[in-house]
Amino acid sequence: MSPPDRKEDQVRRLLEGPRPVVPAGLAASAAARGDRLLRRRRTLRRVGWALLAAAAVAFAVWASLTRPWEVPPSGVSPPLEGW
Amino acid sequence: MWPVDAHGPRTYAEFEAFVAGAAGRLLHVAVLLTAEPEAEPAAARRLLAGALARTYAQWRRVRRDDPYDHTRQELCAAFARTGWRHHGGTGPLAPLGPVERLVLVLRVYEGVAEEVTAAQLGLPVERVRALCTRAVAAVRSQEAA
Repeated sequence: MSPPDRKEDQVRRLLEGPRPVVPAGLAASAAARGDRLLRRRRTLRRVGWALLAAAAVAFAVWASLTRPWEVPPSGVSPPLEGW
Repeated sequence: MWPVDAHGPRTYAEFEAFVAGAAGRLLHVAVLLTAEPEAEPAAARRLLAGALARTYAQWRRVRRDDPYDHTRQELCAAFARTGWRHHGGTGPLAPLGPVERLVLVLRVYEGVAEEVTAAQLGLPVERVRALCTRAVAAVRSQEAA
């Protein structure tokens, strides 16, 4: 860390200046906007999860119907031997 | 008054207390960054309103650490995204570019550590140091003139 700097102190005093006036109702409008933001994010998240769940269900149904892990019945019969 | 609050009234009360305490200083930071006249700092107000809204949206997570820090970070990120719109102006930082203004305000006015400033702006520490020195020199020479 650098030691406190005379030049930086000078600039800091320059920056201190008078504070601008905060507009009235800033907290309320920010909260309303933040709420909308939160709601939108929540909706998006819910839609995402719903899509994921629907995809999982669709996959399960398809898999249980077609059973892709089972070997399809062979069309060729084994050679007939020793009778 | 909050329209159908997603958080609840207690959260709004906490947020309102935070804004009452911190908005003046945060708005000053925003005005320094945009270098607007103090009477009608439209862009600075817009930046602050957006940063406060995003802070409120994450209030539950933010209130556990530092809401002021979080809002300032949001403010600086929003300014960094739109900084190219705010060159020139009338404030003491008018001759500086957007990144120099960010470094000067964070390092000198807000007293944020070099490493933290570098991490927040995504710059190497040496670059932050160089930018800060250059910005301080530029502001001083402009004041002397």
